[in-house]
Amino acid sequence: MKTNQIISPENLVYAKPELMNNNHMHYCPGCSHGVVHKVVAEVIQELGLQEKTIGIAPVGCAVFAYNYIDIDWQEAAHGRAPALATATKRLLPDKMVFTYQGDGDLAAIGTAETIHAANRGENIAIIFINNGIYGMTGGQMAPTTLKDMKTSTSPEGRNVQTMGNPLKILELLALLDGVCLATRVSVHTAAAVKKTRRMIKLAFENSMAGKGTSIVEVVSTCNAGWKMTPAAANDWMVENMFPVYPIGDLKNI
Amino acid sequence: MSEEIALMKGNEAIAYAAIRYGVDGYFGYPITPQSEIIETLMEAAPWKTTGMVVLQAESEVAAINMVYGGAACGKYAMTSSSSPGISLKQEGISYMAGAELPALIVNVQRGGPGLGTIQPSQADYFQTVKGGGHGDYKLITLAPSSVQEMADFVGLAFDLAFKYRNPAMILTDGVIGQMMEKVKLPAWRRRRTEEEIREQCPWATLGKTADRKPNIITSLELDSAAMEKNNERFQAKYRVVEATEVRYEEVKCDDADYLLVAFGSAARICLKTIDLARKEGIRVGLVRPITLWPFPSEVLQAHSGRVKGMLTVELNAGQMVEDVRLAVNGQIPVAHYGRLGGIVPTPEGVLAALKEKIVQ
Repeated sequence: MKTNQIISPENLVYAKPELMNNNHMHYCPGCSHGVVHKVVAEVIQELGLQEKTIGIAPVGCAVFAYNYIDIDWQEAAHGRAPALATATKRLLPDKMVFTYQGDGDLAAIGTAETIHAANRGENIAIIFINNGIYGMTGGQMAPTTLKDMKTSTSPEGRNVQTMGNPLKILELLALLDGVCLATRVSVHTAAAVKKTRRMIKLAFENSMAGKGTSIVEVVSTCNAGWKMTPAAANDWMVENMFPVYPIGDLKNI
Repeated sequence: MSEEIALMKGNEAIAYAAIRYGVDGYFGYPITPQSEIIETLMEAAPWKTTGMVVLQAESEVAAINMVYGGAACGKYAMTSSSSPGISLKQEGISYMAGAELPALIVNVQRGGPGLGTIQPSQADYFQTVKGGGHGDYKLITLAPSSVQEMADFVGLAFDLAFKYRNPAMILTDGVIGQMMEKVKLPAWRRRRTEEEIREQCPWATLGKTADRKPNIITSLELDSAAMEKNNERFQAKYRVVEATEVRYEEVKCDDADYLLVAFGSAARICLKTIDLARKEGIRVGLVRPITLWPFPSEVLQAHSGRVKGMLTVELNAGQMVEDVRLAVNGQIPVAHYGRLGGIVPTPEGVLAALKEKIVQ
């Protein structure tokens, strides 16, 4: 079979979403961000929200999210994305507004902005990448870093007596009346990606319907920061992250 | 039709002027001595009339970042606070300068440092005009000295902010914020439609249409060569502002032998000092900078060739005096008189300082 026959339209089972451009991604091979970006772009496209979407990028590895998905973006200061999203959605109530934040951004420096935006029930979607580590700055301890997990600022492992416990911020957020969706997903298998796609779609629909705040936590790998191969990182995540951050809906109303 | 004249506090004038000017969003956090701004807005409930959003944020940090989000959409977004809260907002102000976002920040100053006092002060001059946040940036700064100017400068600040895509500040203090005066409120102005914003602010994040590239509001640029170019663009813009937007008031300068230089509430005290001094035969005038950045250096430089000395009067330990000295460049003596920690100078105290420090 020749190449032209293979790539003929009737054989097409998979394509890059139109909203994703051809810029080279800066993410490490094996990182979960690329998959989640693709899912976000696919869902915006499927919902026909290209002209109605405003994304808020964080500080962290996803700081350059705006380089890859062709929608309007605002780049926030570290942790402040939910504050930007609050004003954006309130001033443009017919738009779909989402933030894309890592665990350091959302659960450490931006804890107040996250909790209060959710408590007000801002009609925004929050995509929360939890890989238990600061990737961009080179593998330091995050609020979500597991007990005894080694990072560059916990070289002997996270001592929960002195460094605090892994922060289950989704459990905190699910308690708030303003939250309509708090769900934990992953992207390590094809089935998991499909589930993630469904939940991100629901979160974006909730934003448009004005149902309140939706948080989709994607338990993710940082194989570079964890110093593992991508495959080993997936296995390590299932074995070690999932027991602390169990997959599934905490709230879906 | 008779003019609409009202009696109100400076803080209330800010709130009513914002509603009438078609401001889209106010985001703030309570702090004395400026809480009347958000209280007046909540009482007036403009979301029922003009559609203006008023939101009490969880912190000053959140409030300034809400302003960033609103401004990124091309909306008229503002916040207000007082000195300790303004310190918290510096991160957001620097980011807005870096992302070239127009917005209004009101600082009703109180005495510091730290939690300080709730009484009036002008000790945030350096913070406002010399930086405050990180990086090489400038904040357009208007200093009202009456309740009327509190009302008028809301619109002026937004006009300048949008003209130059730069944040602007109204730098006032507890005296002007709390005192009541007659004020003529600005005319009603309709909030702009989304179509109008798309036309006036083609950079705004209102959703990407098929006919343009994505709009990205960011202050980040990791390529140093490109970041230097960004900085050079900012600096070129600042030079245009300095050449175009200087505002000041001169009082009895024509025949003056000595000049007082003061802004805001301190300038009002100086008006009385001028009368007291002239009764004693000392010809004194006043230059009142209205824009603190851009600073009216040229008019002070021009006067320095003619008058015998200048005294800056400030509610601080001597901040604006440095800019006056730079303008005068050693031509004549320049001294400073100020009271600290929330104490307001008296006209007599200013006159005594003038005689002691300047009048030969």
